[in-house]
Amino acid sequence: MPMNEENTEFRPLIVAFCCNWCSYAGADLAGSSRLSYPADVKIIRVPCSGRVNPMFILRAFERGADGVIICGCHPGDCHYSTGNYYARRRMALLFSMLEYIGVENGRTRVEWCSAAEGAKFSKTMNEFCEKIKSLGENVRLGDLRCKN
Amino acid sequence: MSFTNVENQVELIKEISGSDPYKCMKCGKCSASCPSYNEMDIKPHQFASYIIRGDVDELLSSKSAWKCLSCFACIERCPRDVQPGKLVDAARQLAERQRGGDHLQADEIPELLAEDLPQQLLVSAFRRYRR
Amino acid sequence: MQRIGVFVCHCGTNIAATVDVKKVVEMVRYEQGVVFADDYMYMCSEAGQEKIIEAIKEYKLTGLVICSCSPRMHEKTFRACAEKAGLNPYMVEVANIREQCSWIHKDKEEATKKAVILARAAIAKVNLNTPLKEGESPVTKRALVIGGGIAGIQTALDIADAGYEVDIVEKEPSIGGRMSQFDKTFPTLDCASCILTPKMVEVNQHPNITLYTYSEVEKVSGYVGNFDVGIRKKARSVDFDKCTGCGECMTKCPLGKIGHIPSEFDRGLKNRPAIYMPFAQAVPAVPVIDRENCTYFKTGKCGVCAKICPSKAVDYEQQDEIVTVKYGAIVVATGFDIINLDKFGEYAYNESPDVITSIELERLMNAAGPTGGHLERMSDHKQPKDIVFIQCVGSRCDNEEKGKPYCSKVCCMYTAKHAMLIKDHWPDTNITVFYIDVRTPGKNFDEFYRRAVEQYHVNYIKGQVGKVMPQPDGSLLVQAADLLDGKQIKMKADMVVLAAAIEPNPGVRKIATMLTASIDNNNFLTEAHAKLRPVESPTAGIFLSGMAQGPKDIPETVSQAGAAAVKVVGLLAKDKLKTNPCTAQCDTLLCNGCSTCANVCPYGAITYEDIQVNDHGLRETRRVAQVNLALCQGCGACTSACPSGAMDLQGFSNRQITTEVDAICR
Repeated sequence: MPMNEENTEFRPLIVAFCCNWCSYAGADLAGSSRLSYPADVKIIRVPCSGRVNPMFILRAFERGADGVIICGCHPGDCHYSTGNYYARRRMALLFSMLEYIGVENGRTRVEWCSAAEGAKFSKTMNEFCEKIKSLGENVRLGDLRCKN
Repeated sequence: MSFTNVENQVELIKEISGSDPYKCMKCGKCSASCPSYNEMDIKPHQFASYIIRGDVDELLSSKSAWKCLSCFACIERCPRDVQPGKLVDAARQLAERQRGGDHLQADEIPELLAEDLPQQLLVSAFRRYRR
Repeated sequence: MQRIGVFVCHCGTNIAATVDVKKVVEMVRYEQGVVFADDYMYMCSEAGQEKIIEAIKEYKLTGLVICSCSPRMHEKTFRACAEKAGLNPYMVEVANIREQCSWIHKDKEEATKKAVILARAAIAKVNLNTPLKEGESPVTKRALVIGGGIAGIQTALDIADAGYEVDIVEKEPSIGGRMSQFDKTFPTLDCASCILTPKMVEVNQHPNITLYTYSEVEKVSGYVGNFDVGIRKKARSVDFDKCTGCGECMTKCPLGKIGHIPSEFDRGLKNRPAIYMPFAQAVPAVPVIDRENCTYFKTGKCGVCAKICPSKAVDYEQQDEIVTVKYGAIVVATGFDIINLDKFGEYAYNESPDVITSIELERLMNAAGPTGGHLERMSDHKQPKDIVFIQCVGSRCDNEEKGKPYCSKVCCMYTAKHAMLIKDHWPDTNITVFYIDVRTPGKNFDEFYRRAVEQYHVNYIKGQVGKVMPQPDGSLLVQAADLLDGKQIKMKADMVVLAAAIEPNPGVRKIATMLTASIDNNNFLTEAHAKLRPVESPTAGIFLSGMAQGPKDIPETVSQAGAAAVKVVGLLAKDKLKTNPCTAQCDTLLCNGCSTCANVCPYGAITYEDIQVNDHGLRETRRVAQVNLALCQGCGACTSACPSGAMDLQGFSNRQITTEVDAICR
């Protein structure tokens, strides 16, 4: 019986962009501290949160992602001084536009997570996964040609 | 059975027992080993601090002093050589001496036998008092 | 078309226990470009690397994907391995299937599935990788040490002894730091200043060391090997070259007697004049004028010090000076302070002068301190008979408003030291220490603490103090619990000493931000790797020494200082540094010269040039962006800002990241 339940349970697809210096290291720390979070989260390493081009996020939704999260260094701690500030502004704009076309605000998130915050990383990912699960499958922006 | 000179009493206990209560680290191995632990109001790991503080009267008026079986498990296992069993034994001996009872004759033993008196205690007493 | 080899590591059971490694190999074997796939027990081992090299040669591989631990761990290893086999090191990608997969997931099927996806993303990326070549940048052979305490002093001495020039920037008028305030040091009870002062003098006289005291770092730019640092030399109001350090000015300053200016060095237990040296052995032995309190600076009257100075060194007109110096490496040794105890009203620290912190006790016991080394109560100057020490005041406290979650590490030892020193001088003093745990890891440390108990009969009681109540008769009533005896205790004390939690120097956050060195929730600087790179910051060229990185005692600080110095020397010994080849690149065909990228570039690496283009036979001049590869650090800010998509980042190109997204969402 539990098998059936598992099979029918909605498992979201979540793409996480993590900056190399803080959040990716934070994710590594979550790993070495064995702080689990769902396997639905797949991490892409980028040099800085400021490297995340809005195009990547649109692409993820287009290809069927249910949620996208961008993790960077805490404000003031960016390895490149200012990248996370640009990311914050850029994403604020992008997310409001995404909401306008129907991608709920909960599906997108920017989070600051330092290299020392393994626990925070794991907690954030668990929360985000729960949120996406509650929102269900993303139906907007999907490229119909990608569907079977 | 009260002692006016607390300082002296503590020194006496140290002398009789031959162990140094200051060495106790309060690791609790004595309490963990003690078969009478649940019967005691002052636990074996507390003996050392009672003696350091000079609270010997309190120790002697507690149930613990007379519930110790003198099984020597604490003495055997104490990592710091404090030997709470010997400390409490010394306290008991001190109390006995105070009552003038520092001799024990073999023929007195039948009178001393009580139902809840541990056999081991008698053996230990005999070992100590027989001159 | 790439020829890619995929290698999946078992990492013993670290990966293999939760990821079906063989299955991953089978699943990726037919991915685009893959010509070879295999697994091995330990990919990073000699034999594992040999396997990679063989495969590169045998299958003429042009790209590698290693599915193993985090790239932060072994990317370097595998790149070096590829290079050995003649493959460009930047044709290697690492799929992180340990930290970000096997270690956090329990379900084998799920973890295996995720590992396959991560491997696919890496394979997709390698398909688009291009060989990159590292550039070179010069190294300025000079180091900067921020902070002139024992950590900074030792780091500077070690670097200087290796033959490199070092500058120390210290914000106080003298170097010496916290250690110079201490009386004795554990566990051997050496006198702190006896072992520190010679080092301070050595620093002052070392031909390779330049001291900037009463100075602060104001601005940092540049990168590893080439930092430009602006240092503000605050106006001392005393001419450095003329002053002989005779001290006449300090004795004659009228405020010395009537000024009520608390001495920072004596933690407010004594007053100091407005022109002062923090302590007698100060290095440099040149006083400063505290302009905020000086009568001359406040009213324009007085001027006694200038009149009295035999060498005419006092200069009221002196201005702050900013110097800019180039450095190859920077060491942060900013040290610590103790937390503010305002929130601990229960210990009556602000109510009673007889409740003091341990560092105040150090001053009270120091022969050069405010009482000449005679322990007395600050209220009535009587010698205390009963002293209570309270441990963990603010340490191991999860309430962020009050204290710190970590163990301050040194308190157990210095309290044992204080107790023994007091008992040594005044054997009839009764000393009680209330503790949560007594932590004494370290060579001869536990023996030291046990000596306090067994030999000096210091009364250690397990249990935190609940309240300290000042009594009308001037004594203090301490209420606590003896947890091991299960009793509440009320005892009278003449003095209560609080082992206040230590915290990083409050100024460190500003410095870390300037250096873009990362910092943890407690404001301690983060190390590049907690175990394997403990004296380096993740930011290249920044090194950590002493308490700035975490609580530690003097021997540990000195060892870490030496370690940081070696790392600095290792960097400065190089003539050229390899630069990160993952730099931005401008496609001049797409660029319209709008300047957006130059505005977001934190390094000023983007300039513009006019190029001649032939647009369908029409010759025209166009303004396009150009990236200075020596300055570009590869953050990619320009790439996401570029409206026309002309800017791209090598190694993390738009197409590479997009294809990773595609592979994950497939």
